[in-house]
Amino acid sequence: MASPRTLLDKIWDEHVVCSPAGELPLIYIDRHLVHEVTSPQAFEALRLAGRQVRRPEATFATPDHNVPTTDRRLPIADPVSKQQIDTLRANCREFGVRLFDLGDADQGIVHIIGPELGITQPGMTIVCGDSHTATHGALGALAFGIGTSEVEHVLATQTLRQAKPKSFEVRVNGRLSPGVTAKDLVLWIIGKLSTEGGAGFVLEYTGECIRSLGMSERMTVCNMSIEAGARAGMIAPDSTTFDYLRGRDFAPRDFDRAVAAWERLPSDPGATYDRVEIFSAADVVPQVTWGTNPAQVVGVDGSVPDAGSLADPGERANVSRALEYMGLAGGTLIADIPVDRVFIGSCTNSRIEDLRAAASVVQGYQVAPSVRAMVVPGSSRVKRQAEKEGLDLVFQAAGFDWREAGCSMCLGMNPDTLAPGERCASTSNRNFEGRQGKGGRTHLVSPAMAAAAAVRGHFVDIRDWEYR
Amino acid sequence: MEPFTTHAGIVAVLDRANVDTDQIIPKQFLKRIERTGFGQFLFFDWRFMPDGSPNPTFELNQPEAAGATILLARRNFGCGSSREHAPWALVDYGFRAVIAPSFADIFFNNCFQNGMVPVRLSEEDVGEIFRRAAAAGALGKPYRLEVDLEACVVRDDAGFERSFEVEPFRRRCLLEGLDDIGLSLAHTDAIAAWEAAHGLPTVAG
Repeated sequence: MASPRTLLDKIWDEHVVCSPAGELPLIYIDRHLVHEVTSPQAFEALRLAGRQVRRPEATFATPDHNVPTTDRRLPIADPVSKQQIDTLRANCREFGVRLFDLGDADQGIVHIIGPELGITQPGMTIVCGDSHTATHGALGALAFGIGTSEVEHVLATQTLRQAKPKSFEVRVNGRLSPGVTAKDLVLWIIGKLSTEGGAGFVLEYTGECIRSLGMSERMTVCNMSIEAGARAGMIAPDSTTFDYLRGRDFAPRDFDRAVAAWERLPSDPGATYDRVEIFSAADVVPQVTWGTNPAQVVGVDGSVPDAGSLADPGERANVSRALEYMGLAGGTLIADIPVDRVFIGSCTNSRIEDLRAAASVVQGYQVAPSVRAMVVPGSSRVKRQAEKEGLDLVFQAAGFDWREAGCSMCLGMNPDTLAPGERCASTSNRNFEGRQGKGGRTHLVSPAMAAAAAVRGHFVDIRDWEYR
Repeated sequence: MEPFTTHAGIVAVLDRANVDTDQIIPKQFLKRIERTGFGQFLFFDWRFMPDGSPNPTFELNQPEAAGATILLARRNFGCGSSREHAPWALVDYGFRAVIAPSFADIFFNNCFQNGMVPVRLSEEDVGEIFRRAAAAGALGKPYRLEVDLEACVVRDDAGFERSFEVEPFRRRCLLEGLDDIGLSLAHTDAIAAWEAAHGLPTVAG
């Protein structure tokens, strides 16, 4: 009998095109997602070498990183941004790649629209020139970010040179407590694993807690695998996955036959991983990052660490440096930290479920006078659905800006940025120095926690929230 | 790609862990559609004051780091965004090698695509290089290292010598300056055979 295999083993084995002696294996890529920032140099190199896109019909593009989130009928003010988006259009036209352009009903953040359109499917290999490609692993795909040279390689060959990564089971037993979300869970896991604990691994999230999560929550978890250093995170497909995919635009026509194949993907009983960590969901409380990497995180009922109390000199220096940048004194209670801005959006937390959670918190409340708050839906579809449900009115009545879809202030490539010194409660994925704007200070939280901070003007424990 | 066999140069030290690609090349410079010209923006927010003048306390602005071609840093260098603009900026600035105890996976791969060697040494060895560079710096002198990819060795001229590991295929591509895509296209028959055997995934819409 064949030895038991993990989900990763099965997808990997299926996709090895060849392993020539003295070379790294060539892995077949089923889906290639493309955006405006990391693709122009790849298309240009292809053009210079006289090469074609091998499978344009397996390649999908959308502008998301560098697009304004204001009225789409207005021209893009920044000429350099406009050129980058025009370049994507021209490249897609020239090479026959399907583009979900600005103004298209299906435009959005690439990691939101892939699953939403059913482009992302279980068992697939999926790449994109973006580190948050791990998001798609939530549907049981092997999905990871690549550099622009690799984008070019995939465009030209539909394959990638890869050594097989190691496997890492992150098992979460039990259920999350009320008020604790998938965002809190993944921030908490990153805090345990560190920013590089997952390097060289593909994380497979397993256990009762993960199985109990809906697709949107699973995407939030897989999305942030890279913040623990892992290129990919994945969750075995199950009925939640199949129910999510059924009927989506690009889902297989013979859906039941596809499901029959997908049901064989989950790791076999007795399959072994290179590393295993077992956590209990009951230990997780709402999380808030205090520093300049996502592993610098603590429960909302906790306080900012005191660098002086740390024994390791390297760690002491890291914490001091982070606190200095963040403008925080060691020992400050998280609940005492005021915020100037609130950003609800990004590929981590901009799906309809995220907006519903945030809207239910702000319903009947006003954004604090000292706070500027904005909601940026992950896709044009999410925006339309939210408007159908009246969520836009809830947000706007409370004083939030309601924007068009894009990456927006997650990375601040477009005009949505923090000013120096501004402090932001953000549902995004990175709190690096200057990530949301030079000198800006980012605290990563769940959508509900961000919404509550907008109302109160400082962090509060969402478990105590009085819903109206 | 420019081959890399052996390279001797001045070492610039960056005594920080978790240097992310947002620091290496901030997002405001990602709007360009070219591959070149990013060196002027390398570590921009650390390197320059708000008025555009060089930050006198930043490591790369120290006199002994002038003309540096080898960068030394702490663990998890290059974490975060997949942006290849990070290695483009380092290479354009003049770096040919980065030495650290560990690298983020995507950045690590991206280095090889750009003729730059990411050298993994132990925390202890990296610490020793930091000490040697600091000692030279205290005398107002630059510290030099040689990265020898043929022998897979890093050495200075005062007795420090450590071997490092590189994946053999990546090493060969660097040593010979091979075109990765050209090599893969040599396997077009195998790719076509895979596609035929698997049936192309249904693409509707």
